Amino acid sequence: MTSGETDVSDTDRPEVAADPKPAFELGTGPGRVLVWFYGVFTVAAASRSIVQMIVDFDRAPLAYVLSAVAAVVYGFITYSLVRGGEKARRAALVCCAAELLGVLVVGAWTLAEPTAFPDATVWSDFGMGYLFIPVILPVTGMLWLRRAKTVTI
Amino acid sequence: MLDALTVAVAVTALALAAWCGHAAYRDQPTKDWHFIGMAVVSVLALAQLVVGVVQLARGERPEQGMAVFIAYLIGSFAAVPAAGFLSLTERTRWGSVTVAAGAVVLAVLEVRLYDIWGN
Repeated sequence: MTSGETDVSDTDRPEVAADPKPAFELGTGPGRVLVWFYGVFTVAAASRSIVQMIVDFDRAPLAYVLSAVAAVVYGFITYSLVRGGEKARRAALVCCAAELLGVLVVGAWTLAEPTAFPDATVWSDFGMGYLFIPVILPVTGMLWLRRAKTVTI
Repeated sequence: MLDALTVAVAVTALALAAWCGHAAYRDQPTKDWHFIGMAVVSVLALAQLVVGVVQLARGERPEQGMAVFIAYLIGSFAAVPAAGFLSLTERTRWGSVTVAAGAVVLAVLEVRLYDIWGN
């Protein structure tokens, strides 16, 4: 009986020691869905701005440049989510805030002064052309990034 | 032909979304059967890509521009496989949610494709 007990503790000990600490992952679990959506929007915004800049840049330069900026922001958040860690989490949080600000400012701007935008951007009309996902995404992202912190601490 | 394929891809994509959404609701990861479903949708999207390119080669032109049309064809083909790969490394309900989201994105792309092709 006693030998059995020591056996158990002997086999238990290295297991506990080998048990990997939960890695600071931002891109797993619900984060995986965010990675997907941010990835999609990176591709969508980037291809949109690239195609439009090549085809007819002079038609709406402001709109196309804003789409390109949106693509860079989306791309960086996607990368941060995949990379994980506290630094990436903070960087992604800042970018999500910038993204939300961008959507709100550009959204209000397109409504207030439509003549400045002969063609739409990803963020026009608060992202209406994209089922309002551009507004929902940064909010969800910030909620997830905040929760990821409390979970790992 | 292209329109029929567009409708077929959109409908099967929505079915896949519902199926994987159900799996997520029951707290299950994507299983072999889900991947077969993804394969079916992907094959349809590939057929659409081929037919689209053939129609372009025959001189037919999409209403809203060739570059946009091709970009959407490629995006439609890549959407479900990309989501499938993400779910392969996420063996939880969230992998199922990702595939469901991917299928919904594909359905939206199909609606846009229909407009872009026009006619």
